[in-house]
Parts: sequence; structure tokens; C-alpha cells
Amino acid sequence: MTAKSVIVLVGLLVSAAVFGYRVHQRVCHMRLGRPVEPFGHWGERIKGVALFALAQVRIFRFPGTGTAHFFIFWGFVLLFPTILQAILEGVSPGFALPFVAGFPPLLLLQDFIALAVIVGVMYGLYYRALARPERYKGSHQFEGNLVLCFILTIMVTLLCSTGIRQNLGQSHVSPAWQPVSAATGRLFAGLSHGTQHAVEQVAWWIHIGVVLVFLTLLPIGKHFHVVTSLFNVLLRNLNPRGWLAPSPRLDDTEGVGRVEHFTWRQMLDWYSCSECGRCQDVCPAYGSGAALSPKLLIMGLRAHLYERGRALQAFGATADSTENTILKKQVCGDVISDEILWSCTSCYACDHECPLLIEHVQPIVDMRRYLLTQQRADPTLTGALESLRRYGNSFQKSDKQRAKWTTGLDFKLKDIRKQPARTVWFMGDYASYSPALTEATLATARVFQRAGLDVGLLYDGERNAGNDVRRAGEEGLFELLRQKNLAVLGKCEWEEIVTTDPHSYNTLKNEYAWNGKKPAVYHYSEVLDRALSTGQLAVSRKLDCVVTYHDPCYLGRYNGVYDAPRRVLTALGCRLVEMPRNRDRALCCGAGGGRIWMEEGKVTERPSENRVREAANLPGVQYFVVACPKDLTMYRDAVKTAGLEGRLIVKDLVELVDEATRGDARATAAPPVTA
Amino acid sequence: MEIVVVIKFVPDLVEDLTIDPVTHLLDRSFLRLLPNELDEHALEEALLLKEKHGGRVTVLTIDTGDVDETLFTAVAKGADRVIKITGEGFDQGVSNRRLAEIFQHALADVPFDLLLTGTQAVDDLDGFVGALLAERLGLPYVGYVTRVAAADGKLVARKEYPGGLNADITVSLPAVLGIQAAEKPPRYVVTSRVMEAMKKATIDEAKAGEAGEEPGVTVSRMSLPETGEHAEMISGGAAEVAAALVKLLRERGVVTQAR
Amino acid sequence: MSGEVWVVVEALRSDVSEISYTMLAAGRVLATGLKSRLSALLIGHPLEKLAGTLGAADLVLGIEHPTLAEFNPEAYLRAATAAIEAHAPRVVLFGHTAIGTDLASGVAHRLHLPVVTSCRSFRFDGGEPQFSSLTCGGKITATGALPAPSCVVTVMPGGYKADEGRVSQAPPLEILPLPAGLETVRTSFNEFIEPPAGDVDIAKQEILVSVGRGIQNKDNIALVEALAKSLGGVVCGSRPVIDQGWLPITRLVGKSGKQVKPKLYLAVGISGAPEHLEGVSEADTMIAVNTDGKAPIFDVAHFGTTCNALELLPILTEKLRSP
Repeated sequence: MTAKSVIVLVGLLVSAAVFGYRVHQRVCHMRLGRPVEPFGHWGERIKGVALFALAQVRIFRFPGTGTAHFFIFWGFVLLFPTILQAILEGVSPGFALPFVAGFPPLLLLQDFIALAVIVGVMYGLYYRALARPERYKGSHQFEGNLVLCFILTIMVTLLCSTGIRQNLGQSHVSPAWQPVSAATGRLFAGLSHGTQHAVEQVAWWIHIGVVLVFLTLLPIGKHFHVVTSLFNVLLRNLNPRGWLAPSPRLDDTEGVGRVEHFTWRQMLDWYSCSECGRCQDVCPAYGSGAALSPKLLIMGLRAHLYERGRALQAFGATADSTENTILKKQVCGDVISDEILWSCTSCYACDHECPLLIEHVQPIVDMRRYLLTQQRADPTLTGALESLRRYGNSFQKSDKQRAKWTTGLDFKLKDIRKQPARTVWFMGDYASYSPALTEATLATARVFQRAGLDVGLLYDGERNAGNDVRRAGEEGLFELLRQKNLAVLGKCEWEEIVTTDPHSYNTLKNEYAWNGKKPAVYHYSEVLDRALSTGQLAVSRKLDCVVTYHDPCYLGRYNGVYDAPRRVLTALGCRLVEMPRNRDRALCCGAGGGRIWMEEGKVTERPSENRVREAANLPGVQYFVVACPKDLTMYRDAVKTAGLEGRLIVKDLVELVDEATRGDARATAAPPVTA
Repeated sequence: MEIVVVIKFVPDLVEDLTIDPVTHLLDRSFLRLLPNELDEHALEEALLLKEKHGGRVTVLTIDTGDVDETLFTAVAKGADRVIKITGEGFDQGVSNRRLAEIFQHALADVPFDLLLTGTQAVDDLDGFVGALLAERLGLPYVGYVTRVAAADGKLVARKEYPGGLNADITVSLPAVLGIQAAEKPPRYVVTSRVMEAMKKATIDEAKAGEAGEEPGVTVSRMSLPETGEHAEMISGGAAEVAAALVKLLRERGVVTQAR
Repeated sequence: MSGEVWVVVEALRSDVSEISYTMLAAGRVLATGLKSRLSALLIGHPLEKLAGTLGAADLVLGIEHPTLAEFNPEAYLRAATAAIEAHAPRVVLFGHTAIGTDLASGVAHRLHLPVVTSCRSFRFDGGEPQFSSLTCGGKITATGALPAPSCVVTVMPGGYKADEGRVSQAPPLEILPLPAGLETVRTSFNEFIEPPAGDVDIAKQEILVSVGRGIQNKDNIALVEALAKSLGGVVCGSRPVIDQGWLPITRLVGKSGKQVKPKLYLAVGISGAPEHLEGVSEADTMIAVNTDGKAPIFDVAHFGTTCNALELLPILTEKLRSP
């Protein structure tokens, strides 16, 4: 054994030991977490790996850095044999990996990939140094730059090494198979063979050295995702997006009071966070200047888990936590402030954007559940919850008044508790109780009748569906409301449910456990789309207007319904102009997650105002079309407060359908087109 | 400190109230009842005092038909014992005089240092439960209390006057206080805790004593206000309107005399 | 003398409260109908100053003692009970206030008398006095006979104008004997606490002057603040005003702001959008000032004027400061 072998072996062992120890620590901390249900559905999971881990589809949503990362990732995969080769030949001189070391097409691919990685890394460094995107704020930027430099070094030293070996005739293949290496080699061609050999050795040592150092750093920073991301994607949550896990009761409390109350699977999520900040970029709360950053939330939880895990190991679980400053730290409050937790609108933009499928909404809801048990919520929220508990709606109005709006109709809608009907129209609180929604709700009734739908209401048997009650953290109340609604619906005869409220739609569809057959739940845009395309509902007068459409969070991102409303608009004759942020990138109005029941915090710009300004910037757009009662309320407000009253009119989709199918020649002039 | 809270159930004003055409009194058949809001404040104040000084909180109410959830909620919030007093015809409404008598009788076996209840209720017509009960028990009474501080066996109650003025009054225990507002808004207790209380806690029951002879008030007729109300408009120039407004404000007791 | 009508006068910091005058006006109506005397029971110390405006009564019956200088619940209760027991009036009027409600039930129980609360007005039906009370959040009016031979009543403002009961003249003063045990009462008055300065929680305020877009610009807010100060209240506002930055967010009333339950809500230049009104659904008295006579706020307010706020406010403030 040469000295070189010993050094390399020792280096490898030390590096592996450090790496192993650090991974082991984190695995131990993860074991503090709660267990989860067994995973299953492996076929679907493997497909997910192909899509999200191998093809990295989500990362291309930012095309520049996405492409760079794609090549860096695949570079690592394909160049891994070269790293292994380098280490092994250090231990045993002359060693060559069977098949891999001398297979020309592979070497050619590796050569080009190494160049692609270098280009990718250079782009990354440029992006960080010069473009300085907002989303990196708060990330460990030094580490990011350091690792890019590491990768660059590894690639450059690799090319130098292979290039010089070409020059010295030490290569397994001809230079034609390694053009990039050969080109690199030409840089050194002027030196003597001895010098070149020395340079190659230096490059090789640097190459291995950086790799072994990098290996030890992998577990402690954001690059742990290199190890965990595959598992993170493989073990992803296969439940519907709009489904939240119920609340465990631990230590006589609800939700997460200590970080150990999270599941180990949630902890794996945090280890996979690469601090890319895409979640932060799309977060409406963050954009409005509120305290929440989904990225910092995950990073904070990760750091806290590590700190607490180590403290528990050192002092034992029974240590007097009041004495120890680390053990004293509360995950809700000290690590993640109450303000941060209450800022979330549950719009799902973060979860949807994350390339590693990390879940942000679930941990926030878990922590909110705890906050509520500790009376740490603002009185406007608890006032709404009291109203929901007592009256089944958040408006402090009697449950008996739920169908009062029907007095504005000149026909009677079936009471499905007394008469069977094909479709239950689940109204939702806003349609029932908010004066701002009365017009739209009446229009909906007329349109349904015109389309010949056999529709019935639950009248005062209906309660709030509970979607936002659950997101606000009051799990018990959600269960109570759900139970009441299911009981009433269980006694009626119907086949499908339609609702005008995407929030109700989400929970009815994804979170209501129907004994036996699961019914079809539709948003009214889907039903109208069906009616218009089959001719059941006829357009009597095409609307000549230019519109933009805002995708509601709970209809679009959560449940994938993007096209039905658009088809409706087209069928009505509207010309649709898309906002830059459309479909799954639509910006939340800010009312979800129970936020409409909370006091508005400090904001630099309301998300709703930001959104209407985005629409107003589209030349020629007259109508801002919404399909959610909260959106209608928020955006009509926003148009006033943003001073856009002459410029943009907010219309519910149903209002346009009503106008176009009314069957009269009366043309309501669309507002003049302003630039 | 042993604290007792008495709660009265009153008509829920969120509902439409109707007058029975035969009796000319409030139609109670479809009435929804809920705990008097100020009694909820009294409970909150009791719980805050318990948290500060230790002791136990006992809650009493009469059974008007649907009181269990309120009592279990009180337990979930931190009450130690809840008692419901049963009797005939309670769902038809009980006068405050009779209520005070019932509570006095039920409290014979419940020793306490402090009794808290709402300073008034929306359906009061014949006096106030707290004050009447205090007299029956022979205890001092202070109403319109917004804060209670305990020190050396005595209590300092903060009494609220109009215009943001307050007065501190020392009261020796045992005593009865009429609460206008708790120091913090009544806490929200999560539904799962209430459900848990429903499973684990028990409501003690007591029978109401016989009704004694109480001087009563007979309401011969109840009526609803006229609909379609509009503000009473004050006309004139600025000086006249100002004068009219000042008068109006004084009459409404909103402004204490200018000094 | 039986058959008399008594008014239990209320005073704070040596000022007779407005409710006393309302009660005197009401008492006069009753005394006239009963063809009997109206007496004012004045408990306090010193009495001469207080008696100066009680001219609407035929007689002032005074109980004077240092422990009675400021309202002391048990001491006042003993004093009032002793006096009422000795004289057995037909009707005793107490204010429906922090003072009157402390006393009325106690007196009624001790003397085994009926007590009727929340009365706004009285009338006569065939010579028999009738009460009219407002109950259930103002949604129900209850009427009935004032029980004979003697009863206690608490009176709310609104049924009579206080001016009708205010006469700047001191009627004859008769000092009543002191009841026993005034030194051994179990309650005692410590001190008054003035309302605090600094940014306030408008949800806890009793008097709010609320300002909307109609105030036109930030400089005019000063007029509103002056008015609020003279009322002992606080300024709040509707969304446009907060959005413009004329008032901090802590002063917002409405759906996205605070829910307020003041005794007085003076809405200046507010149109009455539902989102705003949601925040002030339970003001005892709402007065709206808006040049638009058709503004929705007038459907909800109790009183209104289309007078220009910019003219009205300064004058109103002046009048409140020095009547």
C-alpha cells in the first residue's frame, strides 16, 4: 500500500464517517416524530419519481435556473462513476471501473455533461451575484455560492485530469470520444510531460479533496436534499391536494405543541428544502409584506428540530425544560411566531410550486390547531368561530335565515329535504348571507332554471361546509359541521352536488366521508359548461366584451378546474385575455384560510389590489371575472381602494351567463374600452 | 377563592321575535335561548381570578331545556363544578325575582367567597338577578364591574361610569358583583375540548325550591317596534343643529355634564 | 306621605347626572297624574350645591354624611332604604345606570316592593299609572300597570327631555335622619380613575366619532379629533380614511376593522356601506352627519342631519366644551 492509497483511504473513511454520523443524527431526530400510515401505491409513486425527480418538471417553471439545475443534477448522476473511479484509483492505482471506465459513448456523454454542468454553474453564480432574485432573501447564500464553486472545481479538475491524460496517452479512449477534455488538455499541451503529470495529480487531489469535503457538508445544509429528495418524492402525499390530515390528540392537546408532534415524514420534507425560495415568490402573504415566508418557515422548523434533537439527546427527554433555554423554546411562538402562522391564506401556491413537493400548508394548520387551544387567536376570528358553532355560519345570523335570499325569486326552489331532486345546490355562507352576493345568487338560480337543472336547496338545514374552519385550525368544529351536513344530506334523495363556492366545493369533494358511494361534486362553472356545450342552455345574445379570468385557489390550484370556466366565457362570446399570473399561478385574493375572519395585519400592498392592478395593466380588458364569492367581495373592494373604479368592473361568471342567456334583446352596453 | 357564577338564559336576539296574538306576550314557542352575554363575561372573570388566585369555580343555571352544552363548555373552559336546577315551567320564562329565590335556595349547600353574574340581561324587566340575589344572601353588591382585584381578604372592584370614567370600590368578602365586562373577552374553547367535557364531565342536578310570595310585575302587553325606521332628522343651520345635538347627547346620558 | 313620587338623584363628582333630570321630568308626569307631590331624594355630601338645579321637584329630601360624598353602594342602599321605608312613596324612580341599578333591586327586596326596570315613559289609563319599558335589545316594548300600593322603577333615557326636568332653583330641603350603620358598611369608595391617554382600543370605547370620505382631507381630521375630545370619546373611521392614511389601522370600524359597541356613534361623512355598518351594529345611539340625504346610513342611524360637517363640527365642539 502506497502512502497515497492510505491517505485516500483514510480520507474516504473519515469523510464517510462524518457524513454517516451527521446523517445518523438527523435520522435519530426524525424518529422523534409521529408515525405515519403505510405508504402503498408504489406504481404511482415510481411514476412520480420519474416526473418530479428525474424529469424535474416543476423546476422548469423558472426556465433559466431550472435548465441549469437539470443539467447539474443529471451531471452528478452521470458523472458519479467518474468520481467513484477517481477515489478507487487513489486507493488502488490502476484500478478501472469495469465497463463504465472505458465505454466510449458514456465517456462522450460525460464529457458534454461536464461542460453543461460548468455552464449551469456559471449561470447559477451569475444569477446569485448579479440578478440577486428576491426569493433568495433569507436563504443561506454563502453556502449556495460555496457549493456552486465546489461543483465548478470538481468539473474543472475532472476535465483537466482527463484532458491531460489524453495528452499523456493514459486514456482508455481516443480524444475523439472526449472532445471537451481534449480541448481542456490542449491548454496544458505546451508543458513538459512531467509538469503535466504533476498538474494532473494536483487536479486529481483537489478533485477528490473537494468531493470528500463536500460529502461531509452534505447533511448539514440545504444540500442534504441531494440525499433526501428522492425519498421525498417517492414518499409524497398521494391524497387529494385539498385534503388535510386530521388532528392528532397528543399530550391532551390538539395539533402541534412541540416539534416532536409532527410526523417523521413532515420532518423529511424539511430536510429536503433546498432554500430555493420559489414558495416565497408565489406566496400572497409574503408579497403583501406580511410576516410569513413559507421558505423561512420550513428552514426554521428544520433548524429547530436539529437544535432540539441534540438538546434532548444531551439532557434527556425528562430534563427540566424550564431550565434549558433550547428545550424551553416553543415551536409555536418562539420558532415560528403566531403572526406568521395566522398570515397564511392556505392558497396552496407554495406547495404547488415546490420542486421537491414539500408541504407547507399542513404544518401551518397543525400549529394553528395548537394556537387555538391556547387562546392565541385574534378576537375577530374567535368571534366568527363562535358564530359558526352556534349558528353554522360566520355572519352572526340565524341559521333560519339562510334561505332568506330566495324571497327575491319569482319561482320556488325545491326543498330537497322534502322533495327529491337530481342536484343539491349547496349554497355556502356568502351566497346565503352576504348582501353583496344576493344579486349573483339570484342570477345563479335563474340560470340554473333556464338550463333546466333539477335543483334543490337544503334551506336552513345547510351549515357552513367547514373548509376554512378546518384551515383556521378548529378541527373539532369542522368535524361537527361536517357531521351535521352529512346527516341532513343523508336523509335526502339526490345524485350530485353543485356549489358556487370553491371552498365548499373543495371540502365536499375531498374531505367529506360519504358512507358508501362518493357523489359527484361540481362547481357551477362545470355544470354551466356542460349545459352550454350540450345546448341545454342557449346563448341568446353573445356578449361583446373583453375579459380576464381569475382562477380561484380552491377551484384551480387545489382541484385542477381551469378550463370549464374559460369554455363558458368563450361560449358567451367574451374575448379572454389572460393575466401574466394565470391558472395555477393565480394570485390568491387573500381571504382564504380563515383570513377573511381575521384582522388585516400590516400590509405594504394587499394581494387583492396587486391582482386588480395586474388586470388593469392588460389593455382593453373591461371585466375582471371571478367564480368565487370571496373573490367577488375582495375584488370589488380592491377596485375601490386601488382607485380603479372607472377602469375595471368585477363580475361573477354567472352574471355574464345570466346576461347572455336571458333571451331578451336588451343590450346592456359594456363599459368603454380603456387602455 | 371559591367563586360561584350564576347564568341566566335569555332570548337570542338574532332571531326574529314574535308576539303571541292571544297572550300579547313574547311568543316563546320557537324562541332560541342562549346564555346572557354578560353572564359569559362573569364566567370569564371568574376563570381569570381562579387562574390568578387559585380556588374553584362553580357555575349554576336553571334548566330552560337546552343548557347542557353551555355547562359543558364552561367545564371545558375551566369551571370545576356545574349545576343545573330543574323545575316546572322554566322553559316558559322565569322572573328575575323567582330566579334569585331559586339560586339562593340552591346555594345553601355551596359555600363561596365571591359570586359573579352579569350586571344585567337583555330581557330584564323586574330587577337584576345579581342585585336581588345579593340582598337575599345578605351580601354587599356592586354592579357595572369591569375589573376585580383581590388583596388581603378584600376585593377592589372597578366600576364603570359613562364617558370612560371608572371608580374603584373596596368590597369585603363574601360579596356579589355584577359584571359589565371581563378583563379579557370571554375565551374561545375549541370544540374538541367541549366534546371531551361532554364525555367526561357530569352536570350536578338540583331541584328548585318552592316559590315564595314575591312582589311581581305584570306585563299586560308586549309589542314590536314599527318597521321601516328612518333616522330622526334634525334640520336647521349649523348652530341650531349643534344645539339640538348637545341636548340629545345629554338626554341620552352619553355625556356627563361638562365641567 | 304616601302617594308621593320620588326621584333618587344621581351625582358624580359633585355634578348631578343628566338622568336625574330625565327622571324629574318623568316624575312630574306621574305626580301630576297621581295628584301628588314630587320629591327628590338626594344622597351625598355636601348637599346645597347639588340641590341647586332640582327645582323641578317640590321638595328635596337630603341625607348627608361624609361617607356619602361619592357613590358607595352599601351606604347609599342603607340610606335610600331607610328613607323610602319611612315615607312609603307610591313610586320611586332610580336611574337605569351604574348607580341606580345597584340600588333599585336592593331597596325592592328589603322593602318587599315590586321593581320594574328599563322604563322609558309613563302614562295614565283610567287614573292608574302605566309604565312602558324597552326590552330585548330594544326590540320589544312592554307595558303594564305600575304595581300598587308602592313600587320601584329604573328609568332609561329617551322618553323625556332632560331639559323638562332641569330647573335652576333649589326647592325646600328637608334633612332626613341618618340611617344606622353607615360606618360599618362593607363597601367603600376609593377613588376615580380617569380614562387613559394614548392609542386606544376603539372596541372598548363608549363614545366614538367616526369619520368617512366625506371629511374630504386629512387636515379636517383635526376638527373631528377636537369634537371627540370634547365628548370624552375617540376618533375612528371607515375604510377610505384608513386607506388614505388619515387614521391608523387601529381606528378602523367595519368588516375588516373592529367591531364596536359604543353608547354613542357619531358618523361624520360616512355613507353607510354594509361593510362599515357591520362593525357598529350595536351602537346605543347613532347620529349621522352626511350632506347626502339619501345615504344608507340614515336607515340605520337613530338621528341624522344633512348639515355640512365642516361647519357643524367646530360649533358642536364649542358647545360641548362650554355650554
